[in-house]
Amino acid sequence: MAQVVLVFLWSGLTAYVLFGGADFGAGFWDLLAGGARTGARQRARIEHSIGPVWEANHVWLIFALVVMWTAFPTAFAAVMATLAIPLTAAAFGIILRGSAFVFRKSVSEISLQQIFGAAFALSSVLTPFFLGTVVGAVASGRVPERLGAGDVLHSWVNPSSLLGGVLAVGVCSYLAAVYLCADSRRAGEDDLAEGFRRRALLMGVLVGLVALGGIAVLHGDAPRLFGRLTGPALPLIFASGALGLASLALLAVRRYVAVRVTAALAVVAVLWGWAVGQYPLLLGTHLSIDAAAAPEPVLRPLVAVLAGGTVLLLPSLALLYGIFQSDSTEDARV
Amino acid sequence: MSTLLAAGGSNLTAARYQMALSLGWHIVVACLGVGFPIVILVAEGLGLRRGDRVHRALARRWSKAAAVLFAVGAVSGTILSFEMGILWPGLMGRYGSVFGLPFALEGFAFFIEAIFMGIYLYGWDRLTPFRHLLTGVPVIVAGVSSAFFVVCANAWMNDPAGFRVVDGNVVDPDPIAAMFNPATPVQAGHMILAAIMVTGYLVAAVHAVGMLRGNRGPVQRSAFLIPFALAAIFTPAQIVVGDAAARYVAERQPVKLAAMEAQLHTEVGPGEHVGGVVVDGQLRGAVVIPHGLSLLISGRPDTRVDGLDSVPADRRPPVNVVHLAFDLMVGIGTALLVLGAWLGLSWGRRRDLPRSRWFLRAAVLAGPAAVAALEAGWVTTEVGRQPWIVYEVLRTADAVNTAPGLAVGLVVLIVVYAVLTFATVSVLRRLGPIAGGT
Ligand code: HDD
Ligand code: HEM
Ligand code: HEM
Repeated sequence: MAQVVLVFLWSGLTAYVLFGGADFGAGFWDLLAGGARTGARQRARIEHSIGPVWEANHVWLIFALVVMWTAFPTAFAAVMATLAIPLTAAAFGIILRGSAFVFRKSVSEISLQQIFGAAFALSSVLTPFFLGTVVGAVASGRVPERLGAGDVLHSWVNPSSLLGGVLAVGVCSYLAAVYLCADSRRAGEDDLAEGFRRRALLMGVLVGLVALGGIAVLHGDAPRLFGRLTGPALPLIFASGALGLASLALLAVRRYVAVRVTAALAVVAVLWGWAVGQYPLLLGTHLSIDAAAAPEPVLRPLVAVLAGGTVLLLPSLALLYGIFQSDSTEDARV
Repeated sequence: MSTLLAAGGSNLTAARYQMALSLGWHIVVACLGVGFPIVILVAEGLGLRRGDRVHRALARRWSKAAAVLFAVGAVSGTILSFEMGILWPGLMGRYGSVFGLPFALEGFAFFIEAIFMGIYLYGWDRLTPFRHLLTGVPVIVAGVSSAFFVVCANAWMNDPAGFRVVDGNVVDPDPIAAMFNPATPVQAGHMILAAIMVTGYLVAAVHAVGMLRGNRGPVQRSAFLIPFALAAIFTPAQIVVGDAAARYVAERQPVKLAAMEAQLHTEVGPGEHVGGVVVDGQLRGAVVIPHGLSLLISGRPDTRVDGLDSVPADRRPPVNVVHLAFDLMVGIGTALLVLGAWLGLSWGRRRDLPRSRWFLRAAVLAGPAAVAALEAGWVTTEVGRQPWIVYEVLRTADAVNTAPGLAVGLVVLIVVYAVLTFATVSVLRRLGPIAGGT
């Protein structure tokens, strides 16, 4: 049963990275879009693309949190207690991102739009960074199971966490650039599509390089994870590399719809590679999944809720994306 | 050891204030998240049925405000999910699996709410009017459900069920029994009604201001009447449910009741204390209704009611805060009932609002008053539960995170929420006088 819940949890986390992550990435490009006038069209594109969907995408994070605390309460408490600092920072980042985004859309004065826009863009970068350091901390086994035993600083200020943070920002902005290519073209804004294509190519190469370098970092800093990544998880890591290269090729020939799929799959492969790399442990180097899992009487109704909820959720999501991916030429306006 | 304790103590205070501030903030926007879609859909439905563009335009203007509120509701709720773990790992680690189920259900409710909110808000020009109206329905259902689910979790903290503690270990967890604990029906019902009342009176208050400034056109009138009537209709029900809640508390959480009523000593046939402050172990300045409390609880004048002195001092909540908060809530509830009756009378006679400007002035006050009742109610419930985070099972002090630095988090939070409040209010104001002009 615990394994079933874990599959739901990991699928939710994957969805958060693929959808919610891309919304953060869009904020990254918003930050780099240039001055108020030159960047206006790019920002409008970004706003149209993420406006209707970001709140739904954001719920994946809540989903992951509540499933984790119900199914693996001790691990959840340990992670939250030890990593309070980066998690608090990420939570503030989330507040700032969401509210600044909707505030910017709701005001008409340019100066206010600039202030809210800056807050939106900056928090879009900081939030994934801090969440990435949390991933690095867990993956490298720096979260002890016993409450109060963790090092609240060095648990997340270390090479693996830094790697996690940088990779998270990179992956989010890469995905966003890839998705925005097709959105721009569908809206008839081919020049914008070109711009996002260039950025996607650049980011793709950068993320690939960081990931390669990261393997060396993990070798020194998280030997167990390194061993598993180059062991049982190796096929997934190779798959990710291959999909990443394929994505660069598809971008080069402007196959914007196909590249969405390959780019997303490359990220999926890394995430599930990480899962395999940790298996059967939950906190990186200790606490087995079975030992951490809540007892059966808790997991059974939880799985029922997850299954029933998914049946409700998937068609609703399909409806949402269906409506807003069909024609983005028409202005989506509140 | 003593420095450790001192640090733990300040952590506890910091964590409590942080939790109270973020919950107290979230609950206002969360109420609007539950209630506003109802108000908006009523307007949109009226417009559709009568074929008039005015109500549809009103619904659309309101939905712009709802978009802002929904976003800040979502982010302020997210921080709460983080805080449950960051501030109270001792609670989540031990009992997360027992009372986690309603949160998982709530997660799906949030999905449905956010998805259909996205479709509703951005779909005005993309869907036919009727379909557009339909997409609002799941938003309402999900909003009410999410309020229900999260209150299930809170009710469990007040009346823990669905597990046993054997040799210090939690065994036999039964998440369904935990979710449907004895406190759930009254608390959830009371909360959902409160959400509708708070939204109704707040939205109506904004338009009452407009009417007082001389804008009395038909749109402004509808914009006032729809939310106000909705809230006023539910007010009597709220008082009935509140009364049931008080009787429930008397039965299951006698110490909380003693604090709410400032009942210091166990007594047979006690009076009802209205107002007053406990100083040096004496209740001063209270109006006493003879046998009132006894009558309220059981309908008989001679019921024995436990006082605060029925438990040792380290198991008592702070009495003044709880007592005054409770009286404030009840006072406001009663006043709102009177205000609704005023409108009802005038409507019955002449199908119109009362002529007196005092009615509109009172309606302006009703918005903030409903919020005050809401906050006071939560203070009653949450402070009245102290010193327990899980009633008579786990002390708040044993649940708090011992990592250093929670006080810093509190300071940052205060600053962030001050800015957020200011920004939200100014952005809402900039949306302009809703449906002004006409
Ligand atoms: C608009 C808001 C509002 C209004 C007008 C009232 N209440 Fe209330 N009350 C709340 C909003 C609220 C709440 C939503 O804030 C609480 C906090 C926890 C809960 O379940 O509901 C609450 C709690 C609460 C509790 C504590 C429940 C517990 O701890 O389990 C009692 C006994 C009452 N209320 C009783 C009343 C009575 C007798 C009222 C009649 C005049 C009343 N309330 C009006
Ligand atoms: C949204 C409306 C709510 C408000 C305004 C509110 C208010 C408060 C206040 C004032 C405190 C501090 C009590 C004290 O330490 O003296 C508190 C504590 C707390 N509340 Fe609530 N509460 C709300 C709902 C909830 C819900 C729905 C939950 C859980 C599902 C919850 C969980 C907690 C926890 C974990 C604490 C900290 C431990 C404690 O002090 O007992 N609250 N709340
Ligand atoms: C009685 C108290 C509460 C009620 C009635 C309530 C209700 C709601 C509602 C209706 C929303 C939807 C957003 C909106 O419309 O603004 C919301 C958002 C949220 N709430 Fe609360 N809430 C309460 C307390 C809590 C607590 C204690 C937590 C966490 C432990 C929490 C977590 C969340 C989260 C994570 C969201 C964001 C969901 C999203 O992304 O859409 N809420 N809440």
